[in-house]
Amino acid sequence: MNQLKNFTKGFIKENPVFALFLGLCPTLGVTTTAINGMGMGLATTFVLLMSNVVISLIKNFIPDKVRIPSFIVIIASFVTIVELTMQAFVPALFEALGLFIPLIVVNCLVLGRAEAFASKNKLLSSAIDGLGMGLGFTFALTLLGAVREVLGSGSIFGLKFIDGDGMLIFILSPGAFIALGYLIVIINKLSKKGA
Amino acid sequence: MSKKESNLKNMFIALLVITFVASASLGGIYELTKEPIAAAKLEKKNNAIRQVIPEFDNSPTDNVYKKAIDGDTLYFYPGMRGDEPVGTAVETFTNLGFSGEIRIMVGFLPDGTINDVTVLEHKETPGLGDKMERKKSDWSIQFQGKNPETFHLSVKKDGGDVDAITASTISSRAFCDAIARAYETFKSINDNK
Repeated sequence: MNQLKNFTKGFIKENPVFALFLGLCPTLGVTTTAINGMGMGLATTFVLLMSNVVISLIKNFIPDKVRIPSFIVIIASFVTIVELTMQAFVPALFEALGLFIPLIVVNCLVLGRAEAFASKNKLLSSAIDGLGMGLGFTFALTLLGAVREVLGSGSIFGLKFIDGDGMLIFILSPGAFIALGYLIVIINKLSKKGA
Repeated sequence: MSKKESNLKNMFIALLVITFVASASLGGIYELTKEPIAAAKLEKKNNAIRQVIPEFDNSPTDNVYKKAIDGDTLYFYPGMRGDEPVGTAVETFTNLGFSGEIRIMVGFLPDGTINDVTVLEHKETPGLGDKMERKKSDWSIQFQGKNPETFHLSVKKDGGDVDAITASTISSRAFCDAIARAYETFKSINDNK
């Protein structure tokens, strides 16, 4: 497979959030600001890349019947590594993402890529797939976080550009659904035109 | 190398090896990050203490004393400069928050006046209840320099002296509850000395 295509498919065509609708729980939960979305996205990218690499390396060692538990153990280990490292070196970000870090384990995106891609492809392709998908996820979360932050608190990446509050609903949970819905419409419109 | 057959032996070995490697690497990472995590937590606590009481030159976290109350614990961090007590930072809590527990650090001067307050942890609604954080709004400045002896720690709606956060009366009440608990315990300890 063409590696460049393999890498870029995660951004629009097979974007985990906008096209595959995977991992929506953290997507809706953490994107109250652009920074939070980005932090979550990068944490997921790391887990995705590492688990894809490891699973692709040992895919022949794992008998088919126990592949799901094996994948979950591998993914959970990387998530715990991310969690401990974040807690130690970026406590502020850890506080903001808090509960959602352990939830990366059950993010269908990670297990989905392990099952659908890494367990069938070579090391390089799997690594590129993990990186591309992860960055696509980061892109989606940052975009959604930015939209909600701009509308909801009148700031972007923590820099305030209006006085007072924005439209509060975009910071609260319903705003996540509304913003995500409109973003999906726009992305679909754009990608249909290109195809 | 071809795919391993799914018989009992292969499955057993695969899972054993994977779980062993996973737990070994996690143990290693845990050991590596244990100290930075503890340091980060202590640093956060020290920052909060420094924020709420006047300048001190001892180490309040080493002289901490505790008091169990209402199913949880209050922590008292006494600050000293030389031999002179400059104030006590109290880590207090409330369960009356809009979404669960709120933990607050409040600093009292030796006479019981509130020097300053800072929120350690909360899950209040972003944009509404989270205005109790200093970086979100100046709301909590109203507590500075007030003595709860004369300043009634409840919101104006309940007949107290505290201006509630607009549209967040529950969060404001919870905030007052936490500070009142800290003050009463602080006072009873001081009176018994």
